[in-house]
Amino acid sequence: MKFANTTVPQEVQKENSPQLSKRQIWNKVFKGVCFTATAFSIAMLLILLVRIVTQGAGFLDWGLLTNFASRNAEDAGLLAALAGTIWLMLVTAPVSFILGVGTAVYLEEYAPRNKFTNLLQTNISNLAGVPSVVFGLLGLTIFNRLMGMGASVIAGGLTLSLLVLPIIVVASREAISAVPTDVKHASYAMGATKWQTIFRIVVPTALPGVLTGTILALSRAIGETAPILVLGALTYVASTPSNLFSNFTAMPVQIYNWTGRPQQEFQDIAAAGIIILLLMLLVMNSIAVFIRSKFQKRF
Amino acid sequence: MQTKHENRSVEDNSINAEEKAPLAYNVEQLNLWYADNHALQDISMKIPEKSVTAIIGPSGCGKSTFIKTLNRMTEMNPIVKTNGSIKYRENEIFAKNFSVEYLRTKVGMVFQNPNPFPKSIYDNVTYGPKIHGIKDKKTLDEIVERSLKKAAIWDETKDRLKENAFGLSGGQQQRLCIARCLAIEPDIILMDEPTSALDPISTLKIEELVQELKKDYTIVIVTHNMQQAARISDSTAFFLNGVIVEHDQTDKIFSSPEKKETEDYISGRFG
Repeated sequence: MKFANTTVPQEVQKENSPQLSKRQIWNKVFKGVCFTATAFSIAMLLILLVRIVTQGAGFLDWGLLTNFASRNAEDAGLLAALAGTIWLMLVTAPVSFILGVGTAVYLEEYAPRNKFTNLLQTNISNLAGVPSVVFGLLGLTIFNRLMGMGASVIAGGLTLSLLVLPIIVVASREAISAVPTDVKHASYAMGATKWQTIFRIVVPTALPGVLTGTILALSRAIGETAPILVLGALTYVASTPSNLFSNFTAMPVQIYNWTGRPQQEFQDIAAAGIIILLLMLLVMNSIAVFIRSKFQKRF
Repeated sequence: MQTKHENRSVEDNSINAEEKAPLAYNVEQLNLWYADNHALQDISMKIPEKSVTAIIGPSGCGKSTFIKTLNRMTEMNPIVKTNGSIKYRENEIFAKNFSVEYLRTKVGMVFQNPNPFPKSIYDNVTYGPKIHGIKDKKTLDEIVERSLKKAAIWDETKDRLKENAFGLSGGQQQRLCIARCLAIEPDIILMDEPTSALDPISTLKIEELVQELKKDYTIVIVTHNMQQAARISDSTAFFLNGVIVEHDQTDKIFSSPEKKETEDYISGRFG
């Protein structure tokens, strides 16, 4: 009877147990709900991947990468679209990076904290949710018509830059505001100017976050169809772009065009094209993960 | 013209008579507000060079705020307003044409929590010299060795200068921050509770270091720890609710303070 004193009285046990079991049931229910949500998303993604791979894998060959588009499905390739997409990224990456990081640095380090800045901040976050077609219309009006660039690589690249700019600004601001105040103050306390502190401490420290955000934003840009179509990109181009003012087509535009055709063969090579696009995305996201894990600074 | 000159020399004499050593800082009628909160009220204080001045007082008494006005770091907070006069070696630091970057080059600061840059030990020490335009590799190497030696951390770091500073312990990081501060060859070192985040052994090392450094530098140190103030400082100022209650030789403050509040605080009756 050593433990006689520690046993819980009968009535307390009775009172407690329904309460306790109710909490434990909720605990399990909630876990189940979260698990179901995850399982549903993963299942849907798997179905998509399996369908694409089984349909398109058989049509993956070098010809797909080295041929131009064609009326015959067996001759049709992605060369023009692949080259167009790479050209677009060569414009979009530097333009959106410089504008995005510049904006983020200004908003975080220079802008006075007032109502106007708050309004600006809210609107930038809102811009990230504006449908991409709207950016296409903006590109069509300003770059294509007003500035007379036509449906060229540079007009397409600038349009995509505007589209992903809000994403880069938001990601960069988060990375910059995560730089500890302590460290910035240490720099100022040694007689550094604001510019020196930003250039030597703030931006290098925030760079992994900034680059991750930029690459994720570019991954979005690479898959965008609507703005490029609205801008007036051609669906059939039998040459790779030779300069910034060349006409172009892009991977998602080519895939969209193929899926719209009645013949089964085109459906199949569209699937093969999607596999290539997914592989490009996978590579870009891997780079983002690599940068984040390799250069992350711990405080 | 003549009278003006006379007035100045009279003033100089009075300062010399009072403190004997040349002044590093002369603070007069300093007031500071955080928005509507009057955090420092009519602070006047003379800080002689090559000595350790300790600032003690309960939390929220304005001691950290005061030390941060000495290198104008309070300006980082946009709601802060100041008036009054702080002269750093005869120069008014609030004057329009006085460069805050120059001030902070002459007045180094060590913070409460060790805050090395996320860079290598070597790059931490060379940060200051580099921003002030020193590029020569050999000069920088010399500065690194000299600064780390002065901060008594050379032996622990000489074989790992290229490693990230975050690999050091808290106490080592704080001594690295002191080395970083010494690298720009300041005249004055401000220390804002430099040992409050450290263990007793690291604290002891920093205290010994302060004793060593006061031969060449003027040190102003804020501390929560009254024994620390008694151990390492030459003069002590007791702050309470934004005013200086008493400022005198450390021996006198701790043995026979003039004000009752000081005595109560030192004997642990409040704070």
